[in-house]
Amino acid sequence: MSGLLSSSIAKKVAMALSALFLIIFLLIHLSVNLVSVCSEDAFNVASHFMGVNPLIQFAMQPILIFGVVFHFVMGFVLELKNKKAVGVSSYAKNNGAANSTWMSRNMAISGMAILAFIVLHFIDFWIPEINHKYIAVLPEDPTRYFHELQHKFVNPLRVGAYVIAFVLLALHLLHGFQSAFQSMGMNNKYTKYVKRCGNIYAILIPLGFIFIALFHYITQLS
Amino acid sequence: MNLTLKIWRQKGPQDKGAMVEYKVNDISEHMSFLEMMDVLNEQLVNSGDEPVAFDHDCREGICGMCSLYINGEAHGPDRGITTCQLHMRMFNDGDTIYIEPWRAAAFPVIKDLVVDRMAMERIQQAGGFVSVNTSGNTQDANAMPISKHDADESMDAAACIGCGACVASCKNSSAMLFVGAKVSQYALLPQGQVEAADRVLNMVHQMDLEGFGNCTNTGACEVECPKGITLVNIARMNREFLKASIKG
Repeated sequence: MSGLLSSSIAKKVAMALSALFLIIFLLIHLSVNLVSVCSEDAFNVASHFMGVNPLIQFAMQPILIFGVVFHFVMGFVLELKNKKAVGVSSYAKNNGAANSTWMSRNMAISGMAILAFIVLHFIDFWIPEINHKYIAVLPEDPTRYFHELQHKFVNPLRVGAYVIAFVLLALHLLHGFQSAFQSMGMNNKYTKYVKRCGNIYAILIPLGFIFIALFHYITQLS
Repeated sequence: MNLTLKIWRQKGPQDKGAMVEYKVNDISEHMSFLEMMDVLNEQLVNSGDEPVAFDHDCREGICGMCSLYINGEAHGPDRGITTCQLHMRMFNDGDTIYIEPWRAAAFPVIKDLVVDRMAMERIQQAGGFVSVNTSGNTQDANAMPISKHDADESMDAAACIGCGACVASCKNSSAMLFVGAKVSQYALLPQGQVEAADRVLNMVHQMDLEGFGNCTNTGACEVECPKGITLVNIARMNREFLKASIKG
């Protein structure tokens, strides 16, 4: 088993498992956020439930944070090993576009951009939430969530940053979704369906998030 | 056709190396790429210069010796071929062609366009075989029934000639297509089952020791592979490795 944990294949599989975990999380995140477009009250109820539920707060949230951190740390570890494997000499002419997609060759770049976005997202939502509940210990208001969300989408620069981040997330997922299955050893007659599902997911999920950001920005313009 | 060649020249493993420009004229479109290189070398020898060192052997696309990264692609711009099978009709009069050695930390340059690919040989020696005595007591091939599907898949994997184009094309210098093909070749056959676990564990361990990178599934390797080895083999190697590791 010690050989398993240190091997390149185990690292790939671990990366893939954390990716699938985050893929499922994104779907749940979008589902809850879409509620904000339909109903202010329903969004407040859903957010309040997640904000005070001990299972979500003290079990699922730490697991999620671990999943995010693990995916990025493992990504950096693999990228560093790959850079070392390539060596110091590079090709004078390399036609990468002839045999692979831009997304597949630049997962590290799109990944780092998404990491920067997550930092912004934490500053916007997670840190104020922690401050509200555990540092400032402000009185709980079950109706505050929707207005806090809306407030974040007043500044067009922030909305623009969110849109760009989700476009990069789409590019990341276009390769990452099917790549995760390949890394786990799944390449068979169902692979074409996995690729199709991956493409649909990679476009619809980020589009959903972009729609929510633009919806709240536009509805506050008047 | 008249061509400008930009070729990597490196006197030895310790030399820094650099791209050097050459002109070759009256190249026939019917020539193979290696024949064009022969013309260049003849020209260099006649002018008292050092000929360009490059690997070649069978010149029939079988041995896997010829390499060369041509205009940014392993084995050049055509598909399903080795460099010796690349014809000059793929180029146009007046073209500038970049010719470089395989680039990977595990493939150090020996001289000019020749790299040391012994790392792949060591991976093969770590487990890419079936331990049976084949001297004088070989069984009839049909004595052991094998499904057509498995036999075909195994044969496809066995087509790998170990040229290293997969490593050269990979942005991570990963050798997983090569190792995946060698693991699959035996994993699909009953003769390979006895040593299946040790084989995949030892070969992957050796691959990691040699300093090859991790596969990120860009698929560049299968596009550039002269023998059409597919990513299915990498997925099979991953499954075989996990199975062998968990079983202990």
